[in-house]
Amino acid sequence: MTIHTRMDDADRRNRLDDMAQGVLSTAMDRPDGPLKVSGRAPYAHEVQPEGMLHGVFVRAPRIGRVVSLDDAAARAMDGVETVVTDDRLLRNPAQGTANEAPVQGPREVFYVGQPIALVVARTFETARAAALSVGVEIADAERAPVAPQDYDSPDKKQSSQGDLDAAMRDAAVTVDRMYTTPAHSSAPMEPHAAIAEWDGDRLTLRGSLQMLKFNRNELADSLGIDPKNLRILSPYVGGGFGSKLGVAPEAVAAAIAAQETGRPVGVALSRQQVFEATMRRSETRQRVRLAADAEGRLTGIGHDAWVSNLPDESYSEPVTQATPFTYRGENRVIGHHVARVSRTCAGSVRAPGEAVGITVFEIAMDELAHAAGIDPVELRRRNIPDRDPTKDIPFSSNMLAQALDAGAAAFGWDDSRPAPGSRREGEWMIGQGMASAVRVNNLAEAKARVTLNPDGTALVETDMTDIGTGSYAILTQIAAEMLGLPPERVEVRLGDTDLPPGSGSGGSVGASSSGSAVFLACQGVRERLAEAMGVAETDLTLKDGQAIADNRSTPLGDVIDGPVEALGHIEPGKTSKAVRQATWGAYFAEVAVNSVTGETRVRRMHGTFAAGRILNAKTARSQCLGGMTFGIGMALTEELMHDARDGHVVNRDLAEYHIPVNADVPQITVELLMEERDPWTNPMQAKGIGELGICGAAAAIVNAIHQATGVRVRDLPATLDKVMAGLED
Amino acid sequence: MRTTLTINGATHDVDADPRTTLLDALRNHLGLTGTKKGCDHGQCGACTVIADGRRINSCLTLACMMDGVEITTIEGLGEPGDLLPLQDAFVRHDGYQCGYCTPGQICSATAMLDEVAQGWPSVVTDDLTGDASLTDAEIAERMSGNLCRCAAYPNIVDAIKDAADRTADQREAAE
Repeated sequence: MTIHTRMDDADRRNRLDDMAQGVLSTAMDRPDGPLKVSGRAPYAHEVQPEGMLHGVFVRAPRIGRVVSLDDAAARAMDGVETVVTDDRLLRNPAQGTANEAPVQGPREVFYVGQPIALVVARTFETARAAALSVGVEIADAERAPVAPQDYDSPDKKQSSQGDLDAAMRDAAVTVDRMYTTPAHSSAPMEPHAAIAEWDGDRLTLRGSLQMLKFNRNELADSLGIDPKNLRILSPYVGGGFGSKLGVAPEAVAAAIAAQETGRPVGVALSRQQVFEATMRRSETRQRVRLAADAEGRLTGIGHDAWVSNLPDESYSEPVTQATPFTYRGENRVIGHHVARVSRTCAGSVRAPGEAVGITVFEIAMDELAHAAGIDPVELRRRNIPDRDPTKDIPFSSNMLAQALDAGAAAFGWDDSRPAPGSRREGEWMIGQGMASAVRVNNLAEAKARVTLNPDGTALVETDMTDIGTGSYAILTQIAAEMLGLPPERVEVRLGDTDLPPGSGSGGSVGASSSGSAVFLACQGVRERLAEAMGVAETDLTLKDGQAIADNRSTPLGDVIDGPVEALGHIEPGKTSKAVRQATWGAYFAEVAVNSVTGETRVRRMHGTFAAGRILNAKTARSQCLGGMTFGIGMALTEELMHDARDGHVVNRDLAEYHIPVNADVPQITVELLMEERDPWTNPMQAKGIGELGICGAAAAIVNAIHQATGVRVRDLPATLDKVMAGLED
Repeated sequence: MRTTLTINGATHDVDADPRTTLLDALRNHLGLTGTKKGCDHGQCGACTVIADGRRINSCLTLACMMDGVEITTIEGLGEPGDLLPLQDAFVRHDGYQCGYCTPGQICSATAMLDEVAQGWPSVVTDDLTGDASLTDAEIAERMSGNLCRCAAYPNIVDAIKDAADRTADQREAAE
C-alpha cells in the first residue's frame, strides 16, 4: 500500500493537531543520544572489515597537467599494496543532487591540492609516508587564473523591474555600497571518509554522505557500474553543512582501490584535504543599492553579486536568492556575475545564497536605518511586503513582523537609537545590532516505509540521513504521534540505500520532506486500522498502543494479527510556484569592542524564528544555535585565504581557519514561534529550519560593532585590524 | 613495535608501527572508535582521552610512549543504559548534534571538572589562589580546546554545569 501526495493544494486539515499521543513538537531527547555520548555510534571510517587496507591521496602541488608520477619509492616500501592512478578518480566532488558523476580524470590539475593518485598500504602510517614519497611532475597547461578577473553575466540570472536609477535619483534616502565576504569552509568535525568492500560485482560503501539516493547514482556512474550493485551505508554522519551533498574523491578512490586489490579499502581525508579537495563557499563581492522615501519605505532595491567557481561547474553561489521577495520596493535590479578560477571547487556551504546574501543586505539595511534616522527594527517592519513583490504571488505565510516584535521584546532591544560609540565600559565600547532572517523553503521528493506490529512496536525505514539535524528524533516523533505509540516503541532505520529513498539532508528540506513521507506512510497504516475497526480514519484515535473508536478502546494486537506496512511518497507540486514559501526570523546581538585592540566579543545574542510546525523543540533550537554560531564565525573570524600566486588554500587547517570555539559564543537564546502552521508546504505544515539560523546572523554582529564604535565594516570578517583602522579614521 | 597499553582498566598488547599515534592505535588496531579523528594535529580536541587523570590529545601522542599509562577513553565512561551523569546531561541538554566531537567533549569535561576541583585556575579566573567557581565563562574557557562545528556550545556549557551541580548535590547528601 502506497499513500502518495503531490503538493498541488494547500493542506489545511492540520491532521497532526488531531493526534493524541502528545510527543510531536516536544523537546524530546534524541533517541540516538546514548550511542553518541558513549562513543558507540559508528561513523564512516569505524566499521573496519578484517584485513582492510588504508588509502592516502597524493596531492597535486601545483596547477597544470601531470606528466609523470614517480611511485617507485612508494611501491618499494614494505606494506604498500598499490598506487591507484585510475582515470575514474574524481577531480572534485559532485554538486548537491547532481545524480551523475562529477568531473573525472585526475591528471588534469585544476586546483592545488587536487587528489591525483591513491597510495594503498596495509597500515595508515605506511600509506601516508608512501604518499608523501611520490614524485610528481606537473607541466603548465591552459588554466583559468587563480584569482577572479573576468566575470560572465549569464542572461537568465539577471533581472529587473521598474526603473531603479530613477528611484535612486528621486529617493529621500539612499545607500549604494560595495561589500565583500570571503570564501568559507564547511569544516564538519568528521573528515570525509569511505570504506569500500566488494563481494563479486556488488559494492558496499560506508560513507559520510548527506543524500544517499543521489550519491548512489553519482558513485555508480563514476565507477561505471549498475547502481543496483551498489549499497551505501551512512547511518551516522559527523556533520555535513553541504560539503557531503555529492559523492567525493575518497568514495570513488576507495571503491577502485578495493577492486584493484581484492581487499576492503578505507580512505579518510586529512583535515587539510577537507579544506582543499571538498567544497568551499565562493567569496562574494556585492553591491547593494537602496532607495527609500523620508519614512524609510523602500522604492528601489539593487543587488549585484560577483562570485567564482572552477571552469564548467554549473553551480554558482545564489547570493540574491531571497532579495526578490524579502522587502517591498517596486523598482528592482538583480545581477549575478561569475568568474572562472583555478581554486578549490565552489559548492554549497550551509544556506547557499542567503548565508552571505542576506547578511550583506541586512548590513545595508542598517546603513539605511542610520541614514534615515529610523530604528532598524521599525525600518524593517515598514518594508514587509503584502505579496511577493517580484512575482506578484501571495506568501504562504510571512512571519517576519512577528519575529521582529517577539525577538525585540525577548532581547530587550533599545529602540532609542543611541549615538554610535556613546556607550563605554572602561576600554570596552558596547553596542547592539539586529538583522532579519530569511530563507527560501522547499519540498523534495521522498519515500519512507512504516511497519506497525501487533505488539505495538513500529519500524520506520528510509535512506534519509541524520547529519546532526535530528532526523532520528523527528521521524520517531512523527510515527509515534500518528500511530499513538510511546516513542521508545518506534525504531527508525536510516542511511541505507536498500531502504526507500528519502530526500537526503540538504537545503533544509530533510525534516519536512522525509517527515512527510513518514507521515503519509503512517496515514496508510491508520487507514488499514480504521478499516479493520469499521470506522473512518478520521474517527480513529490512537494512543499508548490502543485504538480508540466508537467509545471502544482496543489494544493494537486485537485489531491486527500481523504487521501492517505502508509506503509514504511525497512530491512537490503546484504549491511550490503558486505561493512564495519562506522561513523567517530576527537576530539581536550585543557586542563589546575593545578600544585598544579592536577585539570584538559577542556578549549576548538572541534569535526568534518561525518555520511552520516545529517537529522537535529541542533539535530545532539546536539547529538555530548552530546557525547563529556559524554567523559569529562569519562576522568575526572565518576567512578561507587563497595564495595570490598559485591559488592554494593558505589556511587549510583548524588552527588557521578559525571557526568559533566555546569561549567565542555566549549563552545564545532562541525563541521558536511554535504556533505557525504553513498549509502550502506539506501535509505536516512544517518548514525547514536547518539553515535559517545563519541567514543574516553575522549582520546583527557587524551592525552591533557599528553601534558600539561608529566603524562600519563592509569587508567581512570584522577582524581586529579592520576595526582598528576604522577607529583611527 | 610492541607496546602494552592499559585502556579502561584492560591491558592490550599492540604490535604497531612506531609512528602509530595513540589515536590510530585505538581506532585502527583496537577497534575503539569512540575516540574520533577530526584534524590529527591537536587543533580540534575530538580525540581527547584521559591519561593518568589528565586530558590529552591522543593524536599528538605516540602509542609506544604510553606503556604503563592508565588511559580512559569514552568507552570506559559509561554505556547506553548505564550512562554517567555527564553523559546523561549531554543527552538531556542536547550538548551535541552530529555527535562526532562528543566523546572528546565528554572526556575533556570529565578531566576539566577534576582540574577545577583541584583548584587549578584558568585565564578567566578572578582569584588565582582561591577556588574557581564553575561559571559559564569558566566552563566555556576551559572547554575551548574542543571544537564543535554543529555549535552546541551553549548546551555543552549547560550540560556540564548541570552534571557538576548534581554531582555536588550527591556529595553533600552523602556527607
